[in-house]
Amino acid sequence: MDRDQATRQGPGFNRRDFLKGSGAAVAATAVTTAVVEQQAAAQQQAAKLVSAAPQAITLNVNGQDHKLTVEPRVTLMAALRDDLNLTGCKDVCDRANCGACTVLIDGKPVYSCTRFAIEVAGQKVVTAESLHTAEKTDLVVEKFCEHDGMQCGFCTPGFVMAVRGFCNAHPKATLDDCRKGLGGNICRCGTYAGVLQAAFDTAQAAN
Amino acid sequence: MKSFEYARPETEAEAVAFLGEVESTAILAGGTDLTSLLRAELVTPARVVDLKRIPSLHEVTKVDDGIQIGSLVTLEDLAKHSLLSNYRSLFDVVDGVRAIQVQGSGTLGGDLCHLPNCWYFRSRYGLLAMENGESLPEAGDNRYHAILGNSGPAKFVNASRFAPALIAWGAHVRVIGPAPEQAEWLPLEYFYVTPRSNAQGNTILKPGQLISHVWLPDAGRLASATYEVMQMEGLDWPMASAAATLKLESGIIRQASIVMGHVAPVPWVAQEASRLLIGQPLNEETASVAADTAVTRATPMSMNEYKVQLARTAVKRALLKAADQSPV
Repeated sequence: MDRDQATRQGPGFNRRDFLKGSGAAVAATAVTTAVVEQQAAAQQQAAKLVSAAPQAITLNVNGQDHKLTVEPRVTLMAALRDDLNLTGCKDVCDRANCGACTVLIDGKPVYSCTRFAIEVAGQKVVTAESLHTAEKTDLVVEKFCEHDGMQCGFCTPGFVMAVRGFCNAHPKATLDDCRKGLGGNICRCGTYAGVLQAAFDTAQAAN
Repeated sequence: MKSFEYARPETEAEAVAFLGEVESTAILAGGTDLTSLLRAELVTPARVVDLKRIPSLHEVTKVDDGIQIGSLVTLEDLAKHSLLSNYRSLFDVVDGVRAIQVQGSGTLGGDLCHLPNCWYFRSRYGLLAMENGESLPEAGDNRYHAILGNSGPAKFVNASRFAPALIAWGAHVRVIGPAPEQAEWLPLEYFYVTPRSNAQGNTILKPGQLISHVWLPDAGRLASATYEVMQMEGLDWPMASAAATLKLESGIIRQASIVMGHVAPVPWVAQEASRLLIGQPLNEETASVAADTAVTRATPMSMNEYKVQLARTAVKRALLKAADQSPV
């Protein structure tokens, strides 16, 4: 689904160009490759201006650090889906309208299509994948099942993350609060009643 | 999306410097609109300057004669801030943005500079939406277009949701750049322009400039409210809105400022309607007269006459809501 696949990696890009570009080449002869890479990454994080070429960044997703190389124009959504294969956040509208790509950044729900991956380096990203593991299932997921909060399921991961973020911030929310707060996610099947009930139950359970 | 350099300044001066170095730049605040504009290639900057790491732009501070709000303050932070609790009309706006995702990311400055949602503009026909010398909104589907200030070539409506409330409060904005250290305060009302050409833009911002802060006078005993007429319950843009700031003494209006949104290419100050309220009590009747006056000069287009009634209703309800919140 990545609409920029063909142009994502500029032709002729390699680590040597990157090191040269980031000014780390001076140090490269004296230290081991691993150290150079670490230094280059740190420098990249701190750099106030980076070129349009692919940049090495570290994304913290679901508690794990991932090193990846992305151009500044790559959105967080694209990086999660295409580079990290975390396809829980859905590419639906790609223009901050539908909510299907919602993830949590430092605990707050954000449309991942409205952030560039490079902006988010250093922050903690949580995706829908984290809500159901071998060890535990998040209450939001259980409540979605209980109240039949899905039909085709395409909007569901975004909705689940929005509900998780909303309930974290509003633990005593009423049904009306849920309705107001969750207007940023669209479900074309019309599962709103179940979703809102699931959100309400989750919020109440936090009391 | 075209590729671009990415700059993340840490001071206002660095931001101005990064903006000045290359010809075409775009300013990234919350990203709720810019990412869409970039994706659609409606803007194709060589460099994107991300303002998020500039601490001074995130501050809300008490100043001598009022409150100064950084342009990067998010809607969510605005609604929570104790210094802003008396500016009710701003809360009404935040409350109307029915998405926690946008409330958490969207910024005050981003809203003020939000480009029009006019569907011709968003489909690459430019702000004036002309094709072969003909105005597309004039000839085509203009149901969400201007009903006031539309006699020139601009038919779009200003998209800002905070501007009506802020102008009704007498807000000023601080514009910095393009020269280093250059800063100017001006009334928000004068920040917006109705363009005569596509190149003109809909604000006074020139390349290399940005809004750094918004100033609001002390709230004192003034009351305020915003009323937005929405089509949908979820995340949507108002079809018309109005904000009112009032000073009531023993039930009599001593000061009034009414500003309408989403009805004209600029936030529309309803001066006459505001003036005739002075010395009157505020009730259904006087609010109705003011509302009628606010839209009396409306010049609706072929498909948007309904907006006149929406704007009228917005003015009336904003006034009554503000009066309800007036300190006794």
